[in-house]
Amino acid sequence: MIKNISNLGDAALYCDFGPEVNKEINRNVINYFNNLRDSNFLGITNITPSYNKLVISFDLKLTSFAKLKKQVENLELKKNYNSKNNLIKIPVCCAEEFALDIKRLQKLLKINEAKIYETFFSKNYYCYMTGFIAGMPFLGDMDKSLFAKRLETPRVKVPKNSIGITEQFCNIYTFESPGGWNIIGKTPVDIFDNKKNTEPNLINPGDTISFYPISKLEYEKKYE
Amino acid sequence: MNKNYFEVLRPGINSTFQDNGRNNFYHIGIPFSGAMDNRNFLLANTISNNGINNPVLEFAYQGPKLKYIGENISINVTGDVNFKIIRKNKNLEFSCYENIILENNDCLDILSTNRSVYGYLSIGGTFEVDYYLNSCSTNTKAKIGANSGEKLEKGQIIHLKNIKKILPKNKIEYLNSKIENIRIIKGPHFDYFSKDAIDLFFGNEFNITKLSDRMGIRLKGPKISNIKNTNIKSEGLVKGVIQITADGDPIIMLSDHGTIGGYPKIGVVISADYDKLVQIPPGSKIKFKEINLKDAETIFKLYEMETQNLISNIK
Repeated sequence: MIKNISNLGDAALYCDFGPEVNKEINRNVINYFNNLRDSNFLGITNITPSYNKLVISFDLKLTSFAKLKKQVENLELKKNYNSKNNLIKIPVCCAEEFALDIKRLQKLLKINEAKIYETFFSKNYYCYMTGFIAGMPFLGDMDKSLFAKRLETPRVKVPKNSIGITEQFCNIYTFESPGGWNIIGKTPVDIFDNKKNTEPNLINPGDTISFYPISKLEYEKKYE
Repeated sequence: MNKNYFEVLRPGINSTFQDNGRNNFYHIGIPFSGAMDNRNFLLANTISNNGINNPVLEFAYQGPKLKYIGENISINVTGDVNFKIIRKNKNLEFSCYENIILENNDCLDILSTNRSVYGYLSIGGTFEVDYYLNSCSTNTKAKIGANSGEKLEKGQIIHLKNIKKILPKNKIEYLNSKIENIRIIKGPHFDYFSKDAIDLFFGNEFNITKLSDRMGIRLKGPKISNIKNTNIKSEGLVKGVIQITADGDPIIMLSDHGTIGGYPKIGVVISADYDKLVQIPPGSKIKFKEINLKDAETIFKLYEMETQNLISNIK
């Protein structure tokens, strides 16, 4: 449930679901997000779900904070969207040239490479949110043994399709971008397809992701 | 059928096609985009007798130089812009905010924006551009929208369609006023900063640095130190949000901003000041002033009325 709604500037609602970050709260955020999209309240221009917040921006010419706040407070959650989440399998190549930070991680975590990958591939990950750059999924939770800090100095350019980990989360760089996450591999699959005019993003908030390892040869084949 | 087009002789620094923006895709990481200065965008389309969401060519600082091939066409430029038309080796000077007739083989040279950032070129017709997710707005980061998501490039051809008969002059007198005081509403992490930090924030001027573009404005001034945490759990952003980075510098999110961010939000620029904020060039100083939501809403209504007045005064 929404704990508190305040204004973010004069043209957005800031809905707070409480301080914790966990799947249960996030599922609640995503359920609100989907029901709000169905509601078609006048003036909404964007809805952004994140771990434990929902930001709703609106056109100040069409509605106002007070009006929209009342509508959101009285929103009836007609549909439960939590039942139909997809499982998406993502291949990852961990060849040396793609695993830019594996050496750093071995030192930092004091575990060898094989164990890092074994642990990483053994779990399914939940998509809390997508964004920052187009289509980038924020996935969790990592096994505690793999919790690692960000790089002290972020990279100016993280290669497109890199898999990064930090703290309890992992993500996929859908475009070449600056970034400070520890890079452990690369996928040949485009997570955001900017040629597709409907549903360009492969992974949506609420989906479950399982990663599996592929060889350099398989990686190159998938790229052809 | 006549073929009408522009050939790009010089692309300019940051020339992109824009419309009203792309709604409802923040949740997959796609920002709003759209024309930075919405008022000047609206005026450009209105002077061209176009629909209000027609694509325009936005440029920053130095604009493009375009050679025109085709039948006579009405064009107009909005903003505070220095431009000329080269016709048969003669330089012709014109003003912004009025329809001008461009003839075959004319060269439109948009030299610069004056003590401002963005200007707009609109035509009595339509630029033939690609649409993506219901908008042609170019987003160079995600490579989507018009021109395959790229800035204008030298040598490229811009095709035009639906050319209208020569339009009336449709002139308005409009002076782009400058502002230095930016009005903001407190953000959700206002209490992450000490009383001293807040006093520094409102009591001092900040410099707009060169690291400013369609994504955001980076400011330099006194360091705004944090008493709670320099990071928050990443969450949604909107345009106008002022985040304080771990280094203590403010960044203001603009139309192409990343959709989520992990720095505390000290405040949000009011909607009525956004068009003028984006026009303040690097090297200028700004100061923040806090107002409440009710006043911000009233000021926006007045700003909207002013825009509508300008539109109805186009003759």
